[in-house]
Amino acid sequence: MSQSFDDISAQLRKRHRRSARLKWISMGALGLAGLFLVLFFADMLGKGLPAFQQAQIQVEIDYNEDAQRMGRAALEPEVSRLVSRTFERLIPGMIRDNPDLLGTSETRWVLADGEVDQYLKGHRHKLNDSQQATVDELVEQGRVELKFNTTFFTTGDSKMPEASGILSAAVGTVMTMLVTLAIAFPIGVMTAIYLEEFAPDNRLTQIIEININNLAAIPSILFGLLGLAIFINFFGVPRSSPLVGGMTLALMTLPVIIIATRTALRSVPDSIRHAAFGVGCSRWQVVRDHVLPLAMPGIMTGSIIGLAQAMGETAPLIIVGMVAFIPDVSASFTEAATVLPAQVFTWAGEPEKAFVEKTAGGILVLLAILIFLNATAVILRKKFERRW
Amino acid sequence: MYAQPDQYAWFAVLATAGPALLVGAAGALLMLLLGAEIPPLYLLAASLAVAAAGLLVGIQQVRPDFHARKAIERTIRWLLVGAALISIFTTFGILFSIVFEALRFFRMHSFWEFITGTVWNPGASFLAAAGRAEEGASAAQFGSVPLFAGTFMITAIAMLVAIPIGLLAAIYMAEFAPQRVRTLAKPTLEVLAGIPTVVYGFFAAITVAPIIVDIAGVFGLDASFNNAVAPGVVMGIMIIPFISSLSDDVINSVPDSMRQGSLALGMTKGETIRDVVIPAALPGIISASLLAVSRALGETMIVVMAAGMRPNLTANPLEDMTTVTVRIVAALTGDLEFESAETLSAFALGLVLFAVTLSLNLASVLMIRRFREKYRVNNL
Amino acid sequence: MNMQTAPRQTDQATPAVGQPHTRNDKACHDLSIRIRDLSLWYGQAQALKGLNIDLFQKNVTALIGPSGCGKSTFLRCLNRMNDLIPGVRIEGLVEMDGHDVNAVKMDEVALRRRVGMVFQKPNPFPKSIYENVAYAPRMHDLVSRKPEQDDLVEKALRDAGLWEEVKDKLHQPGTSLSGGQQQRLCIARAIAVQPDVILMDEPTSALDPISTATIEDLMDRLKQQFTIITVTHNMQQAARVADYTAFFHLGEIIEYNDTNTMFANPATKKAEDYITGRYG
Repeated sequence: MSQSFDDISAQLRKRHRRSARLKWISMGALGLAGLFLVLFFADMLGKGLPAFQQAQIQVEIDYNEDAQRMGRAALEPEVSRLVSRTFERLIPGMIRDNPDLLGTSETRWVLADGEVDQYLKGHRHKLNDSQQATVDELVEQGRVELKFNTTFFTTGDSKMPEASGILSAAVGTVMTMLVTLAIAFPIGVMTAIYLEEFAPDNRLTQIIEININNLAAIPSILFGLLGLAIFINFFGVPRSSPLVGGMTLALMTLPVIIIATRTALRSVPDSIRHAAFGVGCSRWQVVRDHVLPLAMPGIMTGSIIGLAQAMGETAPLIIVGMVAFIPDVSASFTEAATVLPAQVFTWAGEPEKAFVEKTAGGILVLLAILIFLNATAVILRKKFERRW
Repeated sequence: MYAQPDQYAWFAVLATAGPALLVGAAGALLMLLLGAEIPPLYLLAASLAVAAAGLLVGIQQVRPDFHARKAIERTIRWLLVGAALISIFTTFGILFSIVFEALRFFRMHSFWEFITGTVWNPGASFLAAAGRAEEGASAAQFGSVPLFAGTFMITAIAMLVAIPIGLLAAIYMAEFAPQRVRTLAKPTLEVLAGIPTVVYGFFAAITVAPIIVDIAGVFGLDASFNNAVAPGVVMGIMIIPFISSLSDDVINSVPDSMRQGSLALGMTKGETIRDVVIPAALPGIISASLLAVSRALGETMIVVMAAGMRPNLTANPLEDMTTVTVRIVAALTGDLEFESAETLSAFALGLVLFAVTLSLNLASVLMIRRFREKYRVNNL
Repeated sequence: MNMQTAPRQTDQATPAVGQPHTRNDKACHDLSIRIRDLSLWYGQAQALKGLNIDLFQKNVTALIGPSGCGKSTFLRCLNRMNDLIPGVRIEGLVEMDGHDVNAVKMDEVALRRRVGMVFQKPNPFPKSIYENVAYAPRMHDLVSRKPEQDDLVEKALRDAGLWEEVKDKLHQPGTSLSGGQQQRLCIARAIAVQPDVILMDEPTSALDPISTATIEDLMDRLKQQFTIITVTHNMQQAARVADYTAFFHLGEIIEYNDTNTMFANPATKKAEDYITGRYG
């Protein structure tokens, strides 16, 4: 016969414990995933923040005869090894451009060698004991300091870590994204309009739909193979250029924009369309004047998210050659260029330890841009969200 | 009149510019594809002539009883269809470019050897392309088994991380968490999916790999700095939100009547989740996992940066091993002749990757469709 | 005979109904479930207003009343299914076997083992017919070996009047059955746990008339073993299956009476109006 509550409760004790265990384990899993995120950002900040500071050294520059041929001659011998070689190389040119300098001297802050920078930051370095002593002395005199690293934002790539920066990669990213948006946005929105507003429900439409969903799940590297085989080898678009990179990424971004636009179009209630048809609008007029304006915030949000995705993409760009060494800002869409994630990839492959910091610094800039873009998308959505 | 005045004007514009643009584009395409030399000036002249003719015909047609609006609508419709077809062209473009180049590869090396061979050594193939095959010390071998073994090993490690954590996190969010936690946790987890893969690659190579080596050292094991565990684990972290978000949606759309039915029988919450909710949501969870596997197989940057370059057929994840995507990148980034077997091998590998991921994606779509039909859910 | 009492007028100390009494051929009724001053709020809205009622063992009690009168809410108080809804507040006493059901130390899982429930829409688990029935007894350790389990499944399905229809396809999914069969499967699932009370929340409202008749017959048989409390929209059904009927209106029990009396000679005007179809 039936048992009393107390008997049943006693039997249940073990099962309740097991149930509670599931709760704690699943909570732990979520916590673990959150912990990964925190550790990841902490690691990147720890490695990358020092990149925004760079050692600078105050030196006496003596524009003498020898310095016309070899920059190093202009510097005091004991500190000359501590100055970045990129600066030494500039000195002959400075004299050539401005002959009045010859015979004068000046004291100024210049970029220190990468090893000095690493030494000051307490990282692994290659300075010998006497150089270390010199640096220590100079620090005490206030002639060596860590200052905000403007070089990082104003120069392109360099073989010397202290002189390398993200400017050319950033410009390359902007150019590539312009191409991507210029192609993907109109085609994506048009495709979505066709599928949502015009298309009859036939076999072709279904194929297009399945195909778009599938396209969104194809590994990105295969888009690179497409770019290489079709755009570069077949159509002869210049390799490594923002044009070919942008075209390749456009094809990848297309499904994101199409899916977001369709969702936005679908959320516009039919009553709006009926009302517009009712006053004698043609289908295209209904879409252009009534549906599209209402769907625009959703379309913008989706496009920004697609753009952010494309901006972080690297694999297909490597295949179409956008990992070139680009010290100078490229001026046209057909010149070789690089983009931020590709720059990160290149730096990550450099053997010098100082590049680790640059890589992480570049990553922080990239993440900041992506967070900004996604935050914009979220705010846009919040601001224009409308419930029908 | 059958249309508004401006529509007649637009019709005239279309009649003028449409054919002219077509002629221009056709000429440009001819020059590109067939290498035909058409002086740009001629092309321009031809376009202008067609434009003039178009304008004439257009103006002829403009009469009060002419349906300009319908003509415009028709053109717009065709433009939209054209845009929609681009996605189809893209898929076929990928398919054809890969298949075409892969076929060229299989003409040089046997398909059977590619599928079953256990040695991947493209070393001397560039000499063969240069017509100096005899000088190469050993003949190039393209056995893809070690590459696929490496790919599957890293994918398996990633799944071992992502599926339990992702699924459990989804269970917590959907079944236990207060609403506030849920609305916060889901987008936070999705940040993990938004981080560029190149960043994960750096993280795996610089931070995680040395930790794995240290941990292995504690147990007296010898681990390579390019071990398969580091990229596997990091890839798993990246994939967590793929599994957790989709599983969370699926678990949420399991009808509440299921849960109530189980609870009313005197089941604990944990038993209800384990024996009723999860089995009901299983097709959706499998679908999410298949998509995640497809994603892991095709992932490139993490393995390029953190896994090894050496094809290595081993079951020990602490050794270095390479993957399909790594070899694709390696084959296409050197200064090799495009015609060489090594370069073309990238397309053969790409073809297999395409086939595998495509079937996984389709299987995933079928599974989720089954779930949707079973519970009549429309928002998945 | 049985008297009705509007719960409002009831004194806390003296039960409204249910002095031990005899009725027809039945043995003595025990006091099975005692409810005193039960109130329930969904957020700010009060859904139950100080109910007092005693429910009898081994009988069918029907809860009737217009929609939104609180009868389903009341039913769900008896096995604490309202716990699942956020923002619900309950006051008052629901006493079962001498225990306060809403007490902190009451284990709601233990409660639900003794108070089973059948829902408005059949909700078989995504498992085989066999597993739908065997699952809960196995989890509750009611059976230990496979043959025992087979026997229990057969008995439960027989009691639910489903055995003959499904004995050849026990391993097909429960969802492959028709709606009426699914509902009987859910009843079999509930009785397999051997509860004392079975709550039924409009068990036939989603079914066709023939399935409804089958389930009504079933209820009549099941009351030999179980206390059945059923919510119904259908007054004919209450008249056919119930021994006692409680009439709910706007969160109050207006009248609680022997079913025959209730339908032949209701004591309150409201109940009479409802039964004669003036509103509802």
